[in-house]
Amino acid sequence: MSRPRVEPLVWLMFSGGGVMAAVFLPVLVFMFAFAFPLEWISPPDHDHLSAVVGHPLTLLFLLGMFVVLLVHSAHRFRYTLYDGLQIKAKRTVAVLCYGTAAVGAITTVVVLLSAA
Amino acid sequence: MPSNPGSNPGSNSGSIRLQVTRYRPESDSEPRFQEYDVPLRKEWTVLDGLNHVKNEVDTTLSFRWSCRMGICGSCGMNVNGDPKLTCAAFLDDYAPGPIRVEPLANFPVVRDLVVDINDFMEKLPRVKPWIIRDDDALLDGDGEIDGEYLQTPEELDAYKQFSMCINCMLCYAACPVYGLDPEFMGPAAIALAERYDLDSRDHGARERLDVLIEHEGVWGCTFVGECTRVCPNHVDPAGAIQRYKVKAAKENVMAFLLPRGAR
Amino acid sequence: MSTPRATEVRVYNRPMSTWWWTRRRTYFVFVMRELSSIFVAWFVGFLLAFVYSVGRSEAAYQDFLDWAATPWVVVINVIAAAFLALHVVTWFSLTPQAMDVRIGGQKAPAAAIIASQYVGLAVVSAFVLWLVTR
Repeated sequence: MSRPRVEPLVWLMFSGGGVMAAVFLPVLVFMFAFAFPLEWISPPDHDHLSAVVGHPLTLLFLLGMFVVLLVHSAHRFRYTLYDGLQIKAKRTVAVLCYGTAAVGAITTVVVLLSAA
Repeated sequence: MPSNPGSNPGSNSGSIRLQVTRYRPESDSEPRFQEYDVPLRKEWTVLDGLNHVKNEVDTTLSFRWSCRMGICGSCGMNVNGDPKLTCAAFLDDYAPGPIRVEPLANFPVVRDLVVDINDFMEKLPRVKPWIIRDDDALLDGDGEIDGEYLQTPEELDAYKQFSMCINCMLCYAACPVYGLDPEFMGPAAIALAERYDLDSRDHGARERLDVLIEHEGVWGCTFVGECTRVCPNHVDPAGAIQRYKVKAAKENVMAFLLPRGAR
Repeated sequence: MSTPRATEVRVYNRPMSTWWWTRRRTYFVFVMRELSSIFVAWFVGFLLAFVYSVGRSEAAYQDFLDWAATPWVVVINVIAAAFLALHVVTWFSLTPQAMDVRIGGQKAPAAAIIASQYVGLAVVSAFVLWLVTR
């Protein structure tokens, strides 16, 4: 009766991204956007960070998180364009939003591999 | 016609101005406002004010109403921009006025304050808001219905909140997604689907999900949440829609993971 | 059991203004909430730049910290963080509506669900902070 659909899967990733953005992003932003660059907390040395970031588990986690965050953003922004600006070219908007997210996901893989 | 409070001004504490939308399709190209001053009395609602106008001032004014006690759901209008049951919106709360009374937003205007609700009436049956059974437990030998389906208080409690809907359509008037895309099934219809899904006597969840998993089902909703805020009976359609999304997503994951026959 | 449609009348369709979301506080907050998506994407890019710099060399990492301290980046980050805060608060506060959490057959109170999410946020934040700075 029911065939697999794309909408529920995108929505699941959107929701997952929303949770990640709410739970993990604040502390990362606090540290790397404010505390370390502005020296509220002395930045950890490079060797330690390199070990933490380069750990396979960290990389896998970051990959999953960045991808769902990108889908979250693309999905939300798509509907903001529909509702907020009443853009009628719905297909084009969807392709542009998810396309940008896909490019971002590929970039994420490349960057994370370079740090491995 | 029930006794009209307007015929007995009694202890009048001044008056308040109503700015009422007028639209006569036979002569007007678009709606305009007409102003009426009505007595400002503590126990009067906006609907009482409109009835005063209709009975004493201008008999040509058209609007819908029936029970005057928040049961029938027919007197919904936009009062100062907010979708309200006019029988529950007291003039005193808007003093000193003026009060802008407009037809329910997001619906086509038929005349004055009367809107065309056909779209809603056509959507409602699509979610099958009735008890669906895949057995005939209550049919006796002659195919006649005999007996009743029993339910515990806990089972009643599971869906009771969603059963309070009076189809007043305030939630549709509050929903920008419906305003922008009339294909969207909309808050009340989806909340009503949830009401029957949660009913222990019902077996129709599958059929309703097939309707609501479609693009114009639940996916257009962006969780503005305004439907829940304006609901006079605290039904929480916004919550029902998000839960339907979870249900549809679960169902979809199962469809991916399990081969066809196994479900 | 279809009821015959009433005589066709010339209805008036009210167009929805492009600025509908500025007319009501709740609509405005809604659109701001949705716009947080742009800033979430910005932080993904920002954090990727960080990971990339750490992966390259110590000097690149130092360059990243210097770049992140330049005024325009700080200004963008402050604005983005404000939108992220809006996302966090609204996301947590909407969860009780979206999830039907039951404890022992009883519907869990909304306040408890919201509070537990903040506890989760605090625990995760403490762990990540410890992992990075230990």
